[in-house]
Parts: sequence; C-alpha cells; structure tokens
Amino acid sequence: MKKTKVTAIKKSIPLYVLLLPSAILLFCFAYLPLGGLVIAFKKYSPALGVIDSPWVGMKNFVQFFKSYQFPITIKNTLILSLYGLVVGTPLPVALALMCNQMKTKMFKKVFQVITYLPHFISTMVMCGLILIILSPSNGLIANIMRLFGQEAPNLMGSAGAFKHVYVWSDIWQHLGWNSIIYLAALSSIDPTYYEAATIDGATTMQKIRYIDLPLIMPTIIVLLVMSAGNILGIGFEKVFLLQNTLNITASEIISTYVYKIGLQSSQYSLSTAIGLFNTVVNVIILLIVNFIAKKTTDTSLF
Amino acid sequence: MKKNKTLSRDAVANVIFYIIAVIMIILVVYPLWFVIIASFSNPADVANGEVWLWPKKLDLSGYQELFKQRMLWTSYRNTIIYTFVGTLIGLAVNIPAGYAMSRKDLAGKKWINIFYLIPMFVSGGLIPTYFVVKSFGLLNSFWVMVLPFSVSTYNIIVARTFFKSSLPETLWEAAQIDGCGTFRYFIQFALPLSKAVLAVIGLWTAVGLWNSWFNALIYIQNENLQPLQLLLRRILIANQSLLGAATGTMAQELRQLSDMMKYASIVISTLPIMCLYPFLQKYFNQGVMIGAVKE
Repeated sequence: MKKTKVTAIKKSIPLYVLLLPSAILLFCFAYLPLGGLVIAFKKYSPALGVIDSPWVGMKNFVQFFKSYQFPITIKNTLILSLYGLVVGTPLPVALALMCNQMKTKMFKKVFQVITYLPHFISTMVMCGLILIILSPSNGLIANIMRLFGQEAPNLMGSAGAFKHVYVWSDIWQHLGWNSIIYLAALSSIDPTYYEAATIDGATTMQKIRYIDLPLIMPTIIVLLVMSAGNILGIGFEKVFLLQNTLNITASEIISTYVYKIGLQSSQYSLSTAIGLFNTVVNVIILLIVNFIAKKTTDTSLF
Repeated sequence: MKKNKTLSRDAVANVIFYIIAVIMIILVVYPLWFVIIASFSNPADVANGEVWLWPKKLDLSGYQELFKQRMLWTSYRNTIIYTFVGTLIGLAVNIPAGYAMSRKDLAGKKWINIFYLIPMFVSGGLIPTYFVVKSFGLLNSFWVMVLPFSVSTYNIIVARTFFKSSLPETLWEAAQIDGCGTFRYFIQFALPLSKAVLAVIGLWTAVGLWNSWFNALIYIQNENLQPLQLLLRRILIANQSLLGAATGTMAQELRQLSDMMKYASIVISTLPIMCLYPFLQKYFNQGVMIGAVKE
C-alpha cells in the first residue's frame, strides 16, 4: 500500500513541476497575506514590524463594532448587494428564456452580440459614462428631460438615488453577459420534451414555465449560492469611483472603508480587522446558504 | 380550433419578445453611439443638447487636447505592455496547472484541489497583501502589474475541464507506451489540441488586464508606470482639469472642452476592445460554456 503511494507520487513529479509556478505564486501572494492577518489582533507599528508588535486581542474589532461607521457601512453594503441580487438574478434568466425562443437566427445573433457588448467596458469607463450621462447640467438624460420641459435631478449628488444608479447601471452592463450561462443550460435540454409538449398543445409560455424553468433551476441555484456567499463582498471598484461627498452616506461600504482606514489614514490593524470580519461573515453566509440549498433542493456548490 | 388558439397565443408571445428585444438593443446601443457622436461634435452643441443622432459641426478639439497630453501616450503604451506580458504570464501559469489537475493519476489531487480553492473564498485583504508585495520589493515596479496576481483558479478550472473532456485518456496511454513523457506529451499533443481554451483564457486575461486599475492605484505611485485606466480616472472621475484654470467665459469654454476630452478618452480607450469583440465573441462564449460544464 505504502509502496504504491510512493510510486504514484514519483510518477506525478512531472505534473508537480507543471503546478509549481502557480503554486509558488499562490503561496506568496494568497497564503502569506493570510499570515499577515495576525495584525488584526495586534497594535501594529511599522517600527516594530508584524512579529514584534504587541498583541491587543479583539480590541480592533471592538473599536469597529462601536464606531458610528459600523452600522452605516454594514447597512449600505447589504442594501447594495441584496438589491443587486434581487434584481440581478431573475432578469438574466428571463432574458435567456426569451432569447431561447427567438426563431430568426440572424436577429438572435445580432441581439446577443449587442447585449453582451457593454460587459467589456472597463469599470473606470463605465463610471465615467454614468457621470457624464447623468450630469444634471448637460448630460444626455438632462437633455432628454429638457425636451419635455423638465429639470433633471442631480442623481449622483443624492444619497437616496445611489443604490438605483449602482444596481441598474450594473444591469445595463452585465445583463446580457450573465444570461449566457442560462442559455448554455437551455441549449442542453432534450428537444423531445418540446416536441411532446407541442403535440399536447402547449403554448410557448407553458413550455417556458413547465420545461425550461424547472430544468435550469439547478444552474440558477448554484449561481445564487455563489453570489450569496459574496454578499458582503460587493465590488470595491465601482462604488469607490461613484462615491462623492454628497452621496457618501449611502455609498460608504465595508471595502471602501477598509481602503480609507488602511491606506489613507494608515490605521493598518483596524483596517485588517474590518477586512477579516468581512471575510469571516462571507464564508459563514456561503456555508449557510449552501447548506440550505442542499437540504431543500438537492443542489449545492459543494 | 384549439390548435389555432395556441398558435395565435404563440404569435402574440413572439411579437412581445421581439419588441422587448428591440427596446433593449436601443437602450444598449444609444448611449454608446451618443458618446461616439458627441466626441466628434462641436463642444457648445453637445453641452446645449443639440446632438442627437449624428455628429454636429464636425469638431476634433477633444481629441486634439487629449493627444497633446504626454501622459496619454505613456499610459497607453504601459497598458499595451501590461496586457501583452500579463497575458503571456497568465497562460504560462494557469494552463499547465489546469493540465496537471486534469490528469487522473495526479497523486494528492484532493489536497492540491483544496490548496487552489481556498484563495477563492478567503484572502488576507488589502493591508496584509500590501505588506507582502512590499516585502518582495515589488512596489512601484513593472512586475507587480503582471506577476503576483496572475494565478486565476477560475481559469485553471476552465482549462482542467477542457482537457478532461477533450483529450481522450487513450491518447495519453498510447503516448506513454511509445515512451513519451509528461512534458513532451503536454507540449506536443495537449497544447496543439487545445487552441480553443488557450484563446478563451488568453482573451479573458487580456480584457481583465486592459481594464484593471486597482493594483496600479495601490502599488504604483510612479507616474511613468501608470496604466491608461488611471489616467482615465483623472479625466473622467476626479474631474481634474488637465487644461489649467480660467475664469469667466473662458471657464465655460474650458469646461466644455474638458467634457469633450471625456467623450474622446472613452472612445480611444474602449474602441480596441469594442472593435475586436464581435469577431472574438465565439471564444468568449465558449469560455462561459466550458466553465458551466463543471457546475
């Protein structure tokens, strides 16, 4: 038994060599930083270094929980990500179901190329686009509203509008792209189901309701579990770029706060503690959602 | 009778689908089209909302101002180099790993899998990662943009799935009997048979690198190493006027001109991807499909 294991390992040596570059990089830039997490429990001072800085236990976490930023950042993060989840899950499914029904090949193709297009715009350009199009003085929206004699609201300067701008611009950019995976699932459905349904006189809507939807449900659930696990981890980039002093009360989220505390005001330990808290909550939510999905629908990530 | 009813209902559903589709096409295309025509129009007409479907009084002042910026050329060149080198490194790192993980006889597969999956869910976060990068002496270096974060577990999984499903086990067995080792097999047989997955992963990596700026924001202070996206940040987001300050009517003109620079910079930074994309769409889609097989 032991001997076969040794020969198996020996035979795998060339494969280990192929794995080596990625393993070394992962070790250095993903695992070593995990070790650096200890400074969340220390009072880090650059003069002493990571190892010699004094331990302070949970003090950094307590400081975050007690700060007035704690409820605000948690609330904003949850609002943006739940809103995104609620709108962003069903719409790509609906789009895929619709696209799957298109009989004109040419039209379908053009439609796909166009709706996938915005996905490739960089976050930076996307945010620039949002800012100039929504500009209340001479943006596209303002100009259209002026045609109807209306004054445009300053959407980027309003805390209440931030979540709508954030979520719907995301939908605009990624809706088409996010539907690809469902289209792939739909294309693998056995055509005999549809033939049988047609013979029984089922309408298009009935086929969607009773064949398509149940058969792509596992895909929907897996993707939902994956995004639920990231509920406190919504992208830093877009929120950070769209943030300004007028909408900050709605746009300060955990990751932007971690950035500001850490790199702008150099409170390394506090910033790391907040980041660690975020990661732990993410993992817990992922495990819980995965467990529920497994119990109730027999579909899960792992 | 019943059949007729079904048919007419289907026709209604179909018409509704097509109407929705056309509306969506307009919603996606028009803002992009508007940016393009605005960038070629007279600044005052754009500001007053008189540009709707076609450029008005062809005017290239936005581009002229933009092209005068020395930083534009530096950062454009940097982004091209980062994208090119970074894509090569990404392929060199992730494809062999994907191949190794696809092999049934890889000893210790379970542990290796776990080693690669953990970083997908937990990370050290901003500050600890910053310290590590700093201790490797990578701050303000060319390499920080292309090397440390080139491993992508997702791409490795896509490659693994592809190799598993498209390289027949018997091919490897036959090669082995003929005395072919793992390395030779990987280079002479596996790679040439997997051009599709190389294209998919290469394209994804390239687009990601072209669009990325976060690492540059954190790790690069040296202006001469900055990528295009960070220059765009100054033009588009920070609203930093690169044109200098002025007062009175001059100020209004300058503001309009800086708006024109915004339109122009969006066009020149996004055009390469937008033009290439329709031809490469096939590969991008394939990637999502291969990734989906695993699930």
